[in-house]
Amino acid sequence: MSARTSEIASYNFAYLDEQTKRMIRRAILKGIAIPGYQVPFASREMPMPYGWGTGGVQITASIIGRDDVLKVIDQGADDTTNAVSIRAFFARVAGVAVTTETAKATIIQTRHRIPEHPLGEGQVLVYQVPIPEPLRYLEPRETETRKMHALEEYGLMHVKLYEDIARHGHIATTYAYPVKVEGRYVMDPSPTPKFDNPKMHMSPALQLFGAGREKRIYALPPYTRVVSLDFEDHPFEVQRFEQPCALCGARNVYLDEVILDDRGGRMFVCSDTDYCEKRRDEGGVAANPFEPDEAAT
Amino acid sequence: MTDTLDGGFSDPVFAAQGVFRAVMDAMARPGSIRQLPALAAPPTPLTPAGAAVALTLCDHETAIWLDPVLQAARGAVAWLGFHAGAPLARTPAEAQFAIVSAPGDCIALENFSQGTQEYPDRSATLIFQIETLSGGRKLVLKGPGIATTATIAPAPLPRHFVEQWRQNGARFPRGVDIVLAAPEGIACLPRTTRIEPQEG
Repeated sequence: MSARTSEIASYNFAYLDEQTKRMIRRAILKGIAIPGYQVPFASREMPMPYGWGTGGVQITASIIGRDDVLKVIDQGADDTTNAVSIRAFFARVAGVAVTTETAKATIIQTRHRIPEHPLGEGQVLVYQVPIPEPLRYLEPRETETRKMHALEEYGLMHVKLYEDIARHGHIATTYAYPVKVEGRYVMDPSPTPKFDNPKMHMSPALQLFGAGREKRIYALPPYTRVVSLDFEDHPFEVQRFEQPCALCGARNVYLDEVILDDRGGRMFVCSDTDYCEKRRDEGGVAANPFEPDEAAT
Repeated sequence: MTDTLDGGFSDPVFAAQGVFRAVMDAMARPGSIRQLPALAAPPTPLTPAGAAVALTLCDHETAIWLDPVLQAARGAVAWLGFHAGAPLARTPAEAQFAIVSAPGDCIALENFSQGTQEYPDRSATLIFQIETLSGGRKLVLKGPGIATTATIAPAPLPRHFVEQWRQNGARFPRGVDIVLAAPEGIACLPRTTRIEPQEG
């Protein structure tokens, strides 16, 4: 049962004890049954600080099995501190196979990006969420936001988006852009760039969201309608980039700005490192699976 | 006595993980049938599939309601108490889980905990021990988790089930969720799933 039975003291498989896993598993099932609703759960202390993805880690630990292949990304990158640490954590406490290739993973834990490679039916995307409540910065009281969700009272969120338009001439929210799930719950897609919002709509993969500090789990089943909030005269739009990726030439992907020197030199490269490396290996000619007309929602 | 102590998961950590993944996938894709990678060997009228789901999800934090047939089966009650450690709910409204061994005689779904408008997750999950997922009346399903439509034919089901399920859906976000546990595998009906009217 333990990851390493030869040692006297050893962790249970995937670190968490069985009772904790059952509690989290029950929350996940209710989250799937009520898409977009935030299910409270008894979040545990994890051997990493809040803000490092304790919510996502607890979900992954509760669903992962010996045959799973895990990928972890941080802002699209497989090789940043957070991603490397969490991948090493599960390789150690669960002994599972890890990968950086999106297509080979069965579970992908992510901090704020959805991979560019389209997800498939057998995959689970686990989001690390800092603030799960989309209304929190508009209304600090949990009792009130809970009532607003219960009554489907989302006028305040539209006022916020309208104030963006009044001040900037367009909706200036670029990440954590609120979505409506199956026409009912307004949900925070976690601080992903709004560029990724259309990928949530009718995704064939199961999407689970975990907020460790805030003790909430929510979910999007596959093939669920996820609509970004907007107005008729100010429809939802994703970011557009003028130039392609400087390394692989990809268009219609999300790019990071990299500062090269102190004289204003800069380049724009794919935020999804696995996607970028694959394209360069293949000579930079791979077709982009996300054409702009498909992405519009 | 040994009937009570035997029959749990032989490898509890990985059996529970495997069964949970089957239930999670079935809940996420309503109408799809999932094989359970591990089964329990409980005394009757508990079934291997129904008991495996119960052992995976229930513990001392979740009160279970048993239908009258199960309540009368002392061996099954003792087995559940020993292996799951879950208390029994005196009324269906107090239960987080319900195990129904005779779904055809099940009380109305509205008797179970529906959750509240603020906390719709505080609703019951019903485990129906059924005979078949393919030999009953055909149900065409739509809703989140289903790309176009899905079809299952579970039996037996409670009386007027299609109408009861329509009312359950009308209570959204409140409502119950159902795990159908049959010898051939499991399928789930979360509250979001709609049963399409049959043509003809």
